[in-house]
Amino acid sequence: MPQTKPTTSPTITLGQVAHTRSGDKGNHANVGVVAYTPAGYEFLRQQLTAEVLAGYFASLGPTSVERFELPRLGAMNFLLYNALAGGASRSLRIDTQGKLLGTSLLELELPRPDNLSEMLGPRE
Amino acid sequence: MAVRIGNGAGFLGDNLDAPRLLAERGALDYLTLEYLAELTLSILARVREKNPAAGYAADFLDVLKSLTPSLREQPGLKLVTNAGAMNPAGCAAAAAGVLVAAEFANDLVGVVSGDDLLADIPRLLAAGCKFENLETGEPLDLTTVPIISANAYLGAEPIVRALAGGARHVITGRVADASLCLGPAVHEFGWAWNDWNRLAAASVAGHVIECGAQSTGALYRHWQSLDLAHVGYPIAVLAADGGVAIEKPAGSGGRVSRATVIEQLVYEIGDPAHYLTPDVDVDFTTLEVHEAGPDRVTITGASGRAATDTYKVSMAYRAGFATSGQLLVCGRDAVSKARACGEMILERVRQAGYELDDSLIETLGAGVSAPGFAPEGDVREVVLRLSTRDRRREAVERFTKEFAPLITSGPPGLAGYASGRSAVRPVFAYWPALVPKELVKPQVDVRAARDWITNKPAAASL
Repeated sequence: MPQTKPTTSPTITLGQVAHTRSGDKGNHANVGVVAYTPAGYEFLRQQLTAEVLAGYFASLGPTSVERFELPRLGAMNFLLYNALAGGASRSLRIDTQGKLLGTSLLELELPRPDNLSEMLGPRE
Repeated sequence: MAVRIGNGAGFLGDNLDAPRLLAERGALDYLTLEYLAELTLSILARVREKNPAAGYAADFLDVLKSLTPSLREQPGLKLVTNAGAMNPAGCAAAAAGVLVAAEFANDLVGVVSGDDLLADIPRLLAAGCKFENLETGEPLDLTTVPIISANAYLGAEPIVRALAGGARHVITGRVADASLCLGPAVHEFGWAWNDWNRLAAASVAGHVIECGAQSTGALYRHWQSLDLAHVGYPIAVLAADGGVAIEKPAGSGGRVSRATVIEQLVYEIGDPAHYLTPDVDVDFTTLEVHEAGPDRVTITGASGRAATDTYKVSMAYRAGFATSGQLLVCGRDAVSKARACGEMILERVRQAGYELDDSLIETLGAGVSAPGFAPEGDVREVVLRLSTRDRRREAVERFTKEFAPLITSGPPGLAGYASGRSAVRPVFAYWPALVPKELVKPQVDVRAARDWITNKPAAASL
């Protein structure tokens, strides 16, 4: 599994500024990303592009990735087309329905924003 | 006036006590039970092939038994469920048995059918329907795609018809999940079928509650403090003006917060500006979610546009057989050893004369299931999960017999053979398509429970 390249500039993980949920639509996977704060949503609008997701999930082989914005909810929806190796019944993968992708995306590394303190979620 | 609609099941296999607990503590007007995932009907189609009286969500019968004390104490409580699946009338007959035994013989049971298009597909193809696959664009060709089930997602209208006919229990086949919630709302409030914003609001509520506890804290990122063992199932509180609140029973575990509800709003959707149901084209981008109290969230701003003139049809066809077997592999070279074991098994299947259509080696524990899970340092223990799919059952059977021989003819450091050979399952592939609404006729049949048992002809077809 290819990992995000280490960079010299400081980074955060997506999970510091957002929570996620994922599932299937036939052979497509959906990943919902919900920012903890409005500042976090603005940051994600800039950083969390469809291209970034396509790169992160490249090993799943999506044919394309589309991003949809829900600014009033501070949320985005990503569709990863044909990412499920055939979907619920045909896929041979242990995660037939893409349920892990939300948890997976929490580990995505993003450049550290200057106003990170305005984006953080509840302490665990 | 508000209508309280609780959803006590999110799929066939969900917690059997959840509906009873929700009915006992939710002060509900309606209890909905949603049982049908995308491929559930193909599995139940096979069940019905073997037994014409079966093919519905049999869990519902146990659930209904558990609900009879609540039905007695709460005369206004009604049930709406898609438990009918491939055989709504058969489900009604069996449910009527439960109802009559519990002295509810006079309860009216409404059956919604007409979603099952399997027998009509050849005629519809001849009439010019292409049934292009919504994912690939390919037109349906029955010579290469041997479908075993084809069900349209019906809307809320036949549910409203059943309720208007006096049904206390509505049992449907395939109905859009959100319509299970919208039907009772339209029945109670008398909304017009072009009152798009209100239809949208109740459909959004239906989407939020359709997966049961997923809107009340389950799957939530910060689940640790939520007592999910006792998680409460969701209640949509709907108002005549289209107001929506989401709650859960007092004293139950879990949480209803802005965060848990928004996570579920964005679950398994496509373009949020066009959440298409048979009833309305819903725009999620205008929604706002606010916390209105402890474990109470309001959803405002729903907007809808005219529904499309098609129903989605979910078809399934046979696509061979599959199985997955597992072995525990330990040692400093655990990952490479596990891969080598997988290759060994595949080579032996090849030697036996089977070139498998598809196979997959996964080394679980080494971070292979999705990005971001790779452990730091070397991995000394992984589960080899080896899977295959092939059009020939005998090839897949042979594959299952090649795991155990590694006990004495493979590398050291393996365990976990004791569970026996893995089960071979038939594979159903999914073929989503559209059908013009005018070619589908939703049917409604309301009879007293006692008449469903004896299967008397309907007094009046609604």
